[in-house]
Amino acid sequence: MNDLRDYAARLEALARTLGFTHHPVEFELVPDRFMMETAVYGLPVRMPHWSFGVRYIRELVQRQMGLSRIFEVMFPGDPCHAYLVDANSLAENVLVVAHVLGHADFASRNALFVRSMAMAGGHILEQAAARANRIEQALAVHGQARVEAVLDAALALEAHVDLQRELHRKPYGPPAAEAPARDDPFLERWRSLPGEAAAAAGERTGRPPLPPRPETDLLWFVAQHAPDLDGWERDIFLAVREESFYFHPVFACQIMNEGWASYWHARLLREADFLPNDLYLAAIKAHSDVVRPHAAGRTLALSVNPYHLGFSMWERVVAAQGLEAARRIVAEEDDFGFVRNHLDATLAEELDLFVYEASDDGRIRVVSRDIADVREAILGPRFNFGAPRVAASAVANDGALTLVHDHAGDGRGLDLDRAKRVLDYVVRVWRRPVALHTVDARGQPERLTVAPA
Amino acid sequence: MTADSRFLTSSPWYELFSRGSRDWLRHNEKVREAVHGQIMDLLSGDDVMTAGGDRVVRVPVRMLEHARFRLADARSQTGAGQGEAQAGDELRPAQAGDDAQGDEGEGGRGDGGFRLLLEFKVDDIVDWLIEEFELPDLKPAPSTTVEDDTIVREGTGRRGIRARLDRRRTVKEAVKRRAVQAEPKPFVDDDLRFHQLRTRPRIASDALVVFALDVSASMSAAERKLAKTFFFFALAGLRRRYRRIEVRFVAHTTEAWEFAEPQFFEVSGSGGTEASCAFRLAARLIDEHPGGPPANSYLFYASDGENAVEDREPALAALAGLAGRLNHFGYLETRPASTRFGQTQMRLIVADLKARGAPVDEDVVTELKDVWRAIRHFFVREAEGAR
Repeated sequence: MNDLRDYAARLEALARTLGFTHHPVEFELVPDRFMMETAVYGLPVRMPHWSFGVRYIRELVQRQMGLSRIFEVMFPGDPCHAYLVDANSLAENVLVVAHVLGHADFASRNALFVRSMAMAGGHILEQAAARANRIEQALAVHGQARVEAVLDAALALEAHVDLQRELHRKPYGPPAAEAPARDDPFLERWRSLPGEAAAAAGERTGRPPLPPRPETDLLWFVAQHAPDLDGWERDIFLAVREESFYFHPVFACQIMNEGWASYWHARLLREADFLPNDLYLAAIKAHSDVVRPHAAGRTLALSVNPYHLGFSMWERVVAAQGLEAARRIVAEEDDFGFVRNHLDATLAEELDLFVYEASDDGRIRVVSRDIADVREAILGPRFNFGAPRVAASAVANDGALTLVHDHAGDGRGLDLDRAKRVLDYVVRVWRRPVALHTVDARGQPERLTVAPA
Repeated sequence: MTADSRFLTSSPWYELFSRGSRDWLRHNEKVREAVHGQIMDLLSGDDVMTAGGDRVVRVPVRMLEHARFRLADARSQTGAGQGEAQAGDELRPAQAGDDAQGDEGEGGRGDGGFRLLLEFKVDDIVDWLIEEFELPDLKPAPSTTVEDDTIVREGTGRRGIRARLDRRRTVKEAVKRRAVQAEPKPFVDDDLRFHQLRTRPRIASDALVVFALDVSASMSAAERKLAKTFFFFALAGLRRRYRRIEVRFVAHTTEAWEFAEPQFFEVSGSGGTEASCAFRLAARLIDEHPGGPPANSYLFYASDGENAVEDREPALAALAGLAGRLNHFGYLETRPASTRFGQTQMRLIVADLKARGAPVDEDVVTELKDVWRAIRHFFVREAEGAR
């Protein structure tokens, strides 16, 4: 423990001399079980929900089969928080400390992380704990069934937030048509034409359409406009939305972020002349176990390890353009820009990246090694926070909500069975009929409707 | 920005708390609620009936999925991979069967084959059913026959063995004594109180249940399953009424045999059908019951309704002889939908019996849904009979 503290302090000093701009990190050595739960929930303290239980047990099984192992969980903020497993070896934890410092440096530079922290502040974990606490109170007051109904809906829509908006988003303003007229001689003249004044007045009757334009920020929209939502239910929706905003940068920069941390843990360890040789060797062995393209003994994987891809790309970028350019990329890009701009054909060829196609009969075929295809195959699942594009398009006079899926943009319709179940969740908080427009497997328009029970 | 990182001392209570387990238990609770609706399909183990009410049924269930909006599965899924492979290489050939979606693939569907085994108490299942189908709850049957004496604790006294020392009363006595004595001892022999025993007569509530099944070639697996399901629930209902139930299984073609439960639903015979032999065997089981004929007996018979025409008279005679000794004779006809309204030999026999005022019931089932009706029918009848 003292060794680890000592090495951590010296690694951090070394990092500062190499130009790190990170916020301080609070490290904590925790039991394996706690670590796993933190990884499953995404936060050290988070609202209870049965779906986390499913993920938890799956993780537990995988871990007992030796398929997965968690080394660190890191939460950016000011200070950042990082959890290390107390049962891991000193060498592994030294490696993890260096890795976490890399993450912290990334979070202090990347625009998405910076924006997220500017909006939410640096004390995410405390706020998350406070939110979880409020939900526990709601559980005590309103009972499991009601709280769970709200969480079912809110967590199902977890990814449906509009990240272009603010975290604390304001209600819709007055209709744009009422903006004061400018001193435009043409418009002045136009308005004075006979009949024009009456038409303008006629248009304003009735309530303005809700939402004014299709709204993809579903969590916010439900929280603000669900007809009979109680205050505590609104709180839960906004709490889930806040956490989505917090998770988004990590999601959107996974390859860059893991790559950057891996690049730096390798480099910090290499340059840390104070580490004993055997410790360095053990640590760098742990590095090569994590940062590798496929499982031991395999020559091929049907997935791309973000650690390995990001690591290889950063090595390439730093070698070719220098550290300053790399840091500018860290600041300006997310995974989309990073992979599209900096994964070139030679590197993809070197890394043996390919695109495969798995058909329904179980056949898996390599279909392409073309760089453009490879990039899209890597980025496809990351698009739009990993969720289909569904927008609230109208609320009728009786409060009925219409959702529209952008099937043209997404290329195909929604999984109807799941969509129906999501609507079942949503209708229990919306409490008015909810309809969803999408297309079925043959591309024919499909309208799912649910009515409140 | 230049403050140093530091290590926090870890809280010792981390070991003690597991929200993962808490949410997992909640998930399991939800699964139970979900399974609730599909119990019928679950009871296919081979010894669910004889094993008694404390038995649990193990049910493999899928984990629940918290639904999200997701794109429909495309005809084929693409993903990025890494390794030595050229365009056109086949990494895995097409597989036989339609559930070939690999668990290795990026887009592996569903939950990757995780199943969990939940245990349900048979008693709980019956509780659900009673609620779900608003069945009358069967009360233990009153009976006038005195069976045997039973020993119960009753009152306290000054004598007894150490094991029956009533500590609470003893301390009370000691406290009372000490309150009036000048220099009291903590305990003396006079303080001791012991539980006393009395013998009481107990009323019999035993029953013998005979399940008879036509296993001739015309009974298919689907029909047997219907019969088994009905038997299971009828028995579960009876278990509530009687403290002790003995179950016998009789299968017949032109001959009748007694079986143990696991084999009972497996046996199949060939040749014709003569139900009379099964009824005669059932009568013998009742008559030769060790300790005399039981106070309550039930006979359930399931068949596809076919019975040899020349067996009609013998069957009717056997049943008529039995009827006086039975609380109830239940006849379940399992038939394919096409012929459900046709008249069958067995129905004629049952109708004849009914006309003579015997405690007989009949039901025709072609699918699981009908079994519910039959069960309900039986429960209602039993509940009325108890009044």
